[in-house]
Parts: sequence; C-alpha cells; structure tokens
Amino acid sequence: MDHRPQAWGRPRDDIYGAYDGSYLQTTGPKQNTQAPVVTGTSVVALKFKDGVVIAADNLASYGSLARFTDVKRLRVFLDTSVVGFGGDVSDMQYLDRHLNELAIDESYETDPSAPDAGALNAANLHKYLQKLMYKRRNDFDPLWNQILVAGLDSGSKPFLASVDLRGTAFSSPSLASGFGAALAQPIMRKYAATEEDAAKLSREDAVKVVQECMKVLYYRDARSMDKYSIAVVTKEGVELKEDEQLEKQSWAFAERIRGYGTQTV
Amino acid sequence: MAMFSQNPIMNGPNYSFSDTPKVNAPEGARQHRFDPYTDNGGSTLAIAGKDFTIMAGDTRLTSGYSINSRYHPKVFKIGGTTADQKDASIVLSVVGFAADGEALKERLDAICKMYRYRHGKAMSVKACAQRLSTILYQKRFFPYYTYAILGGLDEEGNGAVYSYDPVGSYEREQCRAGGAAASLIMPFLDNQVNFKNQYVPGSGEGHALQERPRNPLSRTEVEILVKDAFDGAVERHIEVGDGLQMMVITKDGIEEILLPLKRD
Amino acid sequence: MFRNNYDNDSVTFSPQGRIFQVEYAAEAVKQGSVVVGITSKKHVVLVALKRNAEELSSYQKKIFAIDEHAGIAIAGLTSDARVLSNFMKQQCLGHRLTYGRDLPVRTLVDMIGAKAQQNTQQYGKRPYGVGLLIAGVDEQGPHLFEFQPSGMTEEMVAFAIGARSQMARTYLEKNLELFADCSREELIAHGLKALKESLVQDRELTIENTSVGVTGFSKADDGSTKVEQFKVFDGQEVNGWIESVADDKAAAEGESMEVDG
Repeated sequence: MDHRPQAWGRPRDDIYGAYDGSYLQTTGPKQNTQAPVVTGTSVVALKFKDGVVIAADNLASYGSLARFTDVKRLRVFLDTSVVGFGGDVSDMQYLDRHLNELAIDESYETDPSAPDAGALNAANLHKYLQKLMYKRRNDFDPLWNQILVAGLDSGSKPFLASVDLRGTAFSSPSLASGFGAALAQPIMRKYAATEEDAAKLSREDAVKVVQECMKVLYYRDARSMDKYSIAVVTKEGVELKEDEQLEKQSWAFAERIRGYGTQTV
Repeated sequence: MAMFSQNPIMNGPNYSFSDTPKVNAPEGARQHRFDPYTDNGGSTLAIAGKDFTIMAGDTRLTSGYSINSRYHPKVFKIGGTTADQKDASIVLSVVGFAADGEALKERLDAICKMYRYRHGKAMSVKACAQRLSTILYQKRFFPYYTYAILGGLDEEGNGAVYSYDPVGSYEREQCRAGGAAASLIMPFLDNQVNFKNQYVPGSGEGHALQERPRNPLSRTEVEILVKDAFDGAVERHIEVGDGLQMMVITKDGIEEILLPLKRD
Repeated sequence: MFRNNYDNDSVTFSPQGRIFQVEYAAEAVKQGSVVVGITSKKHVVLVALKRNAEELSSYQKKIFAIDEHAGIAIAGLTSDARVLSNFMKQQCLGHRLTYGRDLPVRTLVDMIGAKAQQNTQQYGKRPYGVGLLIAGVDEQGPHLFEFQPSGMTEEMVAFAIGARSQMARTYLEKNLELFADCSREELIAHGLKALKESLVQDRELTIENTSVGVTGFSKADDGSTKVEQFKVFDGQEVNGWIESVADDKAAAEGESMEVDG
C-alpha cells in the first residue's frame, strides 16, 4: 500500500489508472476553481401581482451522489429580498457569509427609526452580485453559481433577476436556473408570458404554479429531491418555508416512458 | 516496485506534495476548464440619415437554445447627466457576450459623465467614438466579446454611425448590422441603403449600366427598413426575436420606440 | 521670536491638548467667503458669496455638483476643495455602478470625514484647508452636513461657514422654526437673506457674486415624487431670487444698473 499522504483516500492506481495529482502542486501558475464539486440543482421563481415566489429543493449532490439532503439554498437578505443559489454549494456558502456581512454593514448606515428607507433593495442587491460575479470571472476565479434574486425594486414593484458565474444578468417575469430553464420555464411562461400577465397573477396561483414546477423537476431531474424550500416576497416581508414536501405526486406517466433503460419494446 | 519505494533513501518518490506527479491526468481523462465567454445572441442595426440616426436591436437574450429573457435591451443612451439619461445625445448598442456588453456600456457612460464633470459640456460623438475604441483596445488580450455600434449626430448635425470589432478597430459608416443576424441583414442594407446592385433601368448594358444615384433616406423610410430587416432576421435566425427596440436620435433628443417581434 | 513649538506638524499635541495645525486649517475656512445651507422637509439649498481676487479677475466658484443628488459649497482653499470634490464624485459614480442607486449622503460625508482625519494623524501630511457644506437627498429625505478640516462632520438643519458667517448663523437661528415647511423658493430666499447678513458694509448681492445650489424632491407628472437633480445657478439665473430679497425695489434696480455697466 502507498503510505504517502497524498495517496490517502485516493482511488487505487492499479485499478483506476494513474491519479491526477497535478492540483497538489504548489509551484507553477496559480490555479483557481475549474469545476463545481458539491452542487445544487434548479432554482425557480415567478413574479405575481404584488411580489415574487421563489423555490429550490434542499439537495446538495456530489456528482450523481445525493450527498446532503438538508441544504437550504434560499437565503433571506435584510428581511426584504431572497437569494436563490444553484451550482456549487461551497461558493454559495461563501456568498452567504459575504451577504451577511454586507447586510450588517448596511444596517449601520440606515436610520433605525425608518429601517426600510434607504436600505439595499433586491434591485440594488442584484446589481451588486452581478458586479461581484463579473469581477470574479474577470479574475478567472469564478463563483460557480447561478443566482436568482427575488424582492422589490425602488418603486416597490416586484423584482426578479438572475446572474450567473460569468456575470451575465437578466430579468424576466419568470426565471429558472439549471434544468428548470428547460422544464419549469415553459410551465411558468404559460401563466406569465409577459410582465402584464404576471401583474395579474394572484399569490395563491403563483405559489401553485411554482409547486407544480418543483414536482415536474422532481419527476425528470435526477439531481433533484422532493424536499424543498419556498419563499414568498411581498411588501410585507419574506415568508420562507424550508421543509416543504412535494405533494400529490403521480408517477403513472413513468410506465409509458420508452427508449431509456432496459425495455425492449 | 513503485508501491514499495516511497523511501527517499531508496531513490523512490518522496512524501512531500511537491513529489506528486506533475503531469495532468492521463489521456482520456476529462479536464474541465472555465470558459469566460458565452454568446447571448441577438442582433443590432444602425443607420445614419441626413439629420438623424436610428439605432435598433432586438430584445431577446439567449444562451444555447434557451431564451433567458424576452426583454433585455441592447441599445443604450450614453452620457446624460443623470442615471435615467433623459438628456443624453449618444446611443451605444452592444451585442455578443451580454456581461461584457453591460460592462462596456457602464464604463463608457462613466467616462462620459466624468468628461462632463471636468469640462462642463457633453462629449461629442466623435470624441466618444475614439474613446470607445481605446477602451476596447486596452483589453486587447482579454477582449470585451462585443460588437459595438455608436450612434449620434456629428458637429454639423448629420447622422453618425461608428462600428467596432471586439478589439477596437472602428470606422464611421452610413449603416451597419451587428451580432447573430448581421450576415443576414447587412446585404439587405447594402442594397437598400447604399443601393448596391441597383442600376438605372435602360441606361445601358454590362459596364455601361448606370448605378442608381444615392440619395439620403427619410426617417420613415429608414424606420420601415429597420422593421423589415428584423422581421427577416427573426424568420431565419433562432436567436433573434421577441421585441424590437429603436432609438431615433435627432437634434430634439432621443425617441425610443418598442415594437413586438415574433416570440417563437 | 519663538512663540509656539507645537505647530510644526499636525501629529503633535500641545501640552494643552491642542493640535495647532488643525486649528490653523480651521482658520483658513474662516478666510473663505461665506456659504449658507438650509434644509426643509422637501429641499436643501446652498447659497454662496463668490469673490474675485481683483477687479479684472473672474469670480471663484463656490458651489459644485457632486452627483445627481448631492452638491457642496466650499469655504477656504478652492484647490483643496477640488481634491475632495473629485473624490466624492468618484465615490458617487462607483456606488451607482455597483449598487445602481444614489450614494446615501451620510455615507458620502463619512468618507471625506475619514479621509480628512487621516491627514491629522500622519506625519508629513497637511489637513485640508477647506470647510464644506454638503447638501444632498436620499431615501431618508434632504440632508445638510458640515465638514471641517479636522475631519469633523455633523448634520445640520441650517448652517453657515466662512468669513463673517456668524451673522448668517444668527439669522438662521432666529428663523429656525420656519425652515421645515418652507417651499423651494422660500428656502432660497431665506438662504439669500442669511447671506446678506454676512455682507460687509456697502456690499450687495449681485448676479456676479451670488451662487445658488438646489436639490430636493419634486412631484413628477404621475404624482410620484422624484429627486430634483442638484443644480448650480449662477449669473442671470439668480437674478430673480436676488431681486426678491432686495431691501427695497430702488436698491435692487440700482444694483442691476451697476451690473450692466
């Protein structure tokens, strides 16, 4: 057996071939994150009449392994905005610490008698995160996430926008990261194709649509889970539920699926 | 036997991390590298008229086959005194990698604002055009992956369009299309704006044919051209669609027009 | 000949616990011509008396726009003020770039406070020889701050700094209760009246020597409130205001005659 510490916990060379130990080198050019490790899958969000609904499941995967099953991927900022993270979980935790710091700094600046006035709103926060992500990509040290920011803008209107690891930012009445972009967006766009449509959606309907999206994602996304978090942001504040369970699942459709697996017909 | 020869005295590999193999994974192993660029699709178009300039762009933002947003403007007012740019007189359009485009726009706008603060007047389109080229060239070795077009009115009040490549080469032109559907729109523009391949009927044969004389187009004509160009591009290019944003720059200011395009 | 051993640098205390260099810098502020600032619930105005070094020279600028929502009036060394003004402008632009909003006024003021304080604690540095009144609006309303070379900053309802500013301050103290509910125009008028109090005998406010800066909230067409961009008014633009506070009509006319000549 190979007793060298750099060989500990590594796949055996004689079985798996030579291990790529190049990342252990301390000489040579500095290398930054080249790939995400523990990851979260989709985040979905939908605007409605007076706010935004946002949801993400509680799973953190290690490749195809469902590694951590109680990871909260929605984070509340200053009781007024919610940030949803997809992608690398360690980068998410770094950003979470960073945003907490920012929130503390910010609350020193604001007038305690009017805590709402002048604090960073979701639009400000999104702009800031975009700048942060873009800077990290320029440094070739990206934070491997796609982030959705939900809340209200300076005119107290619903705000929903996304930023990814390259600093690309955009906004839409409904947004979904990862697999959700393919599976959840078409569902949400049926209900809110335009801003005007979204402004007619009731809170109850919006929540229902997002729950439906989470269910579809669980059916089809192998890196997803049936335990999820959902938050509703309105003028009144943030209502975050972190231990929701997908209800009324129906796997009847699975029978009819052909063309994967081992079936012959 | 490599397995037993970890002892340095036996001339084998050491315990130190620096003694780990220096080579990368053997052939066939997957190597993930961060690619800092994506193409976010979309198309832009600018036409200079006699006393106006029209800048246009679709509002779709894509990555791969996904539509990220149906309303993400590519055409921006630049260099006003306030953040809402109500007194701006220059327009910039950017297409390519959206994050770079956004950064480029904000950088140029900040420069215009500092210019105004220092000199007490707005930057001319000519000066702004030169500065934009410098900005792009400064990032020659890690370029802003964008095709920029700058539009406004020159010192004489004539429409001015400057077009750029990602590393800052630029020239003043009558018209220019940029982005995903540039190759679809540009030939149409050559024909319809610069009257390429149009001849005076019956003026002769072969080389004797007289070219149709170029005359400046009116604003309404140009607006129709822009709409037609984009309707065509939407039909043939999947990354173009959703909305058409037009900025008309005249001596009285900038008028913004938003029209629907096919959302399929 | 040797009077004071403790004023050679800004890092040495005198045995009485004073830092003379900083106090001298404060004197430089008193050499500058007077500037006045007043806030109401909706607006904040700055008014300033400009000086010309000699008959043939132009008048030195006293009020500067920093950003859409903020501006400053200066008393003391103009060149030192320009350093601070550039710094504030950069900070405001940077903040707008990263957060997409106006830099809150108190944060802005704290930044120059910290910057100025460093100069009083590092050997070889010199305190800024300028005092500022910073006027701005943010989500919490209009603000007026005073800034001193020591790095001291303080929020004010109304204040005046510069030569003979005590007289202006006395006027402001007397009328303090009136300011909160003043309209934009009334507030400017109060500012000009305070400024007049500080004038030396036989001097009058003219369109050449008077500068006004205003920001605040205004009603937009759709009924929502909008930030009125900070703007500096000079020359003919201030004529109406000067006339409105003239002691009597004849005096005002006499003054404008002189101006035309």
